[in-house]
Amino acid sequence: MPNSRLRRRAILALVALPWPALASGLQDAIRDAVGEGDFADTGITLTLPATAENGGQVPLTVQVDSPQTPALRVTAIHIFATRNPTPGVASFRLTPLVARAEVQTRIRLAEHQQVIAIAVMSDGTRRRAVAEARVSTGGCLA
Amino acid sequence: MSAPLATPRLRVPRSARRGEAFEIRCLMTHPMETGLRPDAPPRDMLNRLLVRVEGEVALDVTLRNGTAANPYHVFFLRLERSGEIEFIWSDEGGRSVRATARVTIA
Repeated sequence: MPNSRLRRRAILALVALPWPALASGLQDAIRDAVGEGDFADTGITLTLPATAENGGQVPLTVQVDSPQTPALRVTAIHIFATRNPTPGVASFRLTPLVARAEVQTRIRLAEHQQVIAIAVMSDGTRRRAVAEARVSTGGCLA
Repeated sequence: MSAPLATPRLRVPRSARRGEAFEIRCLMTHPMETGLRPDAPPRDMLNRLLVRVEGEVALDVTLRNGTAANPYHVFFLRLERSGEIEFIWSDEGGRSVRATARVTIA
C-alpha cells in the first residue's frame, strides 16, 4: 500500500530528526514566557526575509491585529528562534502608551529555521505566528 | 566590559498630533556578545531596553541571546500632551545608559 509506506516514511523522518533536545528547550522558554495553554494562529503576522544573507542581522517585524484600546490590546510580544543554541530572542511588554501592536527589531539566526512570535492579549488569549528563514551565513553569535 | 556604553541613536519626531501614532526608531551600538562561540570573548549583553514617557513605562523590552548586535528597535507611541521620552538600555553587569527626546503635541 503506497499510503502506508508513505506514512511509515514520514514517521521515520520525524524520529530521525534531532529535535527532541532542542524542542524541550524551546518549550521551556515558551512556557517560561507565557505559561501553558492554547494559541490562536490568526490575527498576528510575523515578517522575516525568506533568505537572510547575514544570519547575524535578520530584520523582523511582528504586527498584531489589535485595536490597542483599553478593551482589547496586546500586552506582550515574545520572539523565539527554534534552532538557535538558546531560543530566546526578546520579549516586549507594551502599555497603553504604545499606539500600535507592532514591533520591529533585528535578530540572530544560527541556521535555517523557524521563528515563532507569540502575542499575549489583555483578555488573556494568546496568538502565535511562525515564519521560516533560510540563512546564507549563520549568525554564530547566537 | 570596562568600556563605557555607547551613546544611543534615536529617531523621534519633534512634534506629533494628540493621540495619534508616531514612529520611534532607536539603535544602540553594542556587541551583544553571548560568550557562546568557540574562543568567544566574555559574555557582554544588554538585557533590557526601557522606554518611559514622563516617567510612565511605555515599553519594556527584555533582550536575550537571539537579539542581534547593535540592538535596533522600531515601535509606535501616542501622547495626549507634550512630554519627554526616556530610553534606558541596561546590561547584565548592571550598567546603563540613558537618552531622552522631547515630543511636542500640536
